[in-house]
Amino acid sequence: MSSVESRDTAVSLSGAELRRGPRTLWSDLDLGIEPGEFVAVLGPNGSGKTTLLQVLLGLLPLSAGEVRIHGAAPARGSAAVGYIPQQRALDPLTPLRGRDLVGLGLDGHRWGPGLSGRTRRRAQVHAALAQVDALGYADAPVGSLSGGEHQRLRVAQALVGDPALLLADEPLLSLDLARQREVVDLVEKRRREHGTAVVFVTHELNPVLPVVDRILYLVDGRFRIGTPEEVMTSENLSQLYRTDVEVVRVRGRILVVGAEDAPVHHHHDDGSPLREEVGAR
Amino acid sequence: MSTTWFLLGEGFVRQALLAGAVLALLAGLLGPLVVGRGMAFAVHGTSELSFAGGAGALLLFGAGAVGWGALVGAVLVALVFGALGLAAHERDSVIGVLLSFGLGLGVLFQSLYTGRSANKFGLLVGQIVGVDTGDLVSLAVTGVVVIGVLAVAYRPLLFASLDPTMAAARGVPVRALSIAFAVLLGATTALGVQIVGALLVLSLLITPAAAAARLTASPLLATVLAVVFAEVAVLGGIVLSLAPGLPISPFVAGIAFATYVICRVVGALRTRRRASRTRVPSSSTETSTSSQSALASQSPRPRS
Repeated sequence: MSSVESRDTAVSLSGAELRRGPRTLWSDLDLGIEPGEFVAVLGPNGSGKTTLLQVLLGLLPLSAGEVRIHGAAPARGSAAVGYIPQQRALDPLTPLRGRDLVGLGLDGHRWGPGLSGRTRRRAQVHAALAQVDALGYADAPVGSLSGGEHQRLRVAQALVGDPALLLADEPLLSLDLARQREVVDLVEKRRREHGTAVVFVTHELNPVLPVVDRILYLVDGRFRIGTPEEVMTSENLSQLYRTDVEVVRVRGRILVVGAEDAPVHHHHDDGSPLREEVGAR
Repeated sequence: MSTTWFLLGEGFVRQALLAGAVLALLAGLLGPLVVGRGMAFAVHGTSELSFAGGAGALLLFGAGAVGWGALVGAVLVALVFGALGLAAHERDSVIGVLLSFGLGLGVLFQSLYTGRSANKFGLLVGQIVGVDTGDLVSLAVTGVVVIGVLAVAYRPLLFASLDPTMAAARGVPVRALSIAFAVLLGATTALGVQIVGALLVLSLLITPAAAAARLTASPLLATVLAVVFAEVAVLGGIVLSLAPGLPISPFVAGIAFATYVICRVVGALRTRRRASRTRVPSSSTETSTSSQSALASQSPRPRS
């Protein structure tokens, strides 16, 4: 899958390489992501998934190759890029309400007193809160919210700048299945209604599989890019993990057996930590 | 009562009130960020090192150098704390180490000093009635600098203090702001040490903000409340101390503490009342529908 250099392409990586110290996380990565496309990034810990997001956020330069976001180099704090972090509880006494958290996503990185445009800002924050159905607890202290409520605010915080590219770094971690579905649904709704491109780093393919267009599967410097059908095969995963991995389709589901450090489902319903459940398409 | 009225007409009392008001303003502005960053212990450490710096300057260069000594001590140690960032566990132990060392050093300097004992005692419990014009000038300069920096950097500072992961992802220089904030805090602490003493700095930088945090989660309102609480404590403490002729410390600390207790009680009552009202479940109701729509969205799309 070669990248097409175009201003319309949401993300384009060509010959991209990233080294950390003596280690090459990945190299010769070519990937073009179109507006409205949902790309899931999978792989074991330390395979450079989060680092890829840092490159797209403009926080880290590539060691080689080129990265373009809508035809331009990634810029720190760009409004065109939204970011959803892992769910992590804030201190109960954190002096922030939901709407303050979302507001920081809009202009928290800006310098100056920010006294102008307050009305417009309030409207934008309100719209973002409405998009994720969080108006009901927008004035509650963020530290008092449940994990699911918290993560809805994170989605609003990422969407408030009206981004054309949405990056998510394990946003489903430590959420139960119902809350995971809600977060995925919010991201999916945003993509459908606004054509926002999504790069979704996850350990848990299961909850996002119904909405995924393509998978970037990273293992120890090796990778595969393609549709779930193309990537999730015994042959591919065996090559990636350099061990015998079997991908089985059972009763409309895909199970991955044999990759010890394969992404493992956290709320496993069939017990085995060596399996990854991925609903079939 | 009449004594108080008489003393309020005196120039040195007015200067003390002015100095106290500026100090309380700065403490109220920085307090919510200190509390939000979990830096209460760092303030304590900074004030002890500021005390050591002031005591050292008093011993070596005399009473005129106390302000500079306090400032150098506070800013140096604040830089160390700032560079340690927000990793609380490591930071707290380093603060503990430096704090005890600074306190020991300060006591040594004080016992070696043979001058007026009021000079020595002042660094611990304050000597606000001894505020002179030079102190007011340095206070005003620090005030302008702190407020100026806050005006420019308040939003990134708030972001980096309360939501550091996200702030870093948005390109906010979290590390540099941590150090910049430490310098502001060091300068304010150094002034506080000279005016209300090392022991009382916490009463102004922490207690009003901690009290405000019990009443509101709005950063703006918390800051306004913290400034008001700090002003009430300082100005009220000075006025109440006039007639009995006692040090201001017990009055300032007492008012600040009472404010905190009241805010805690009010906050707890409000939380209980909010909890007793049945809260509309915000997310559980749409769980089933959202899973359906997620599945429904599987409709074929052109792939690239």
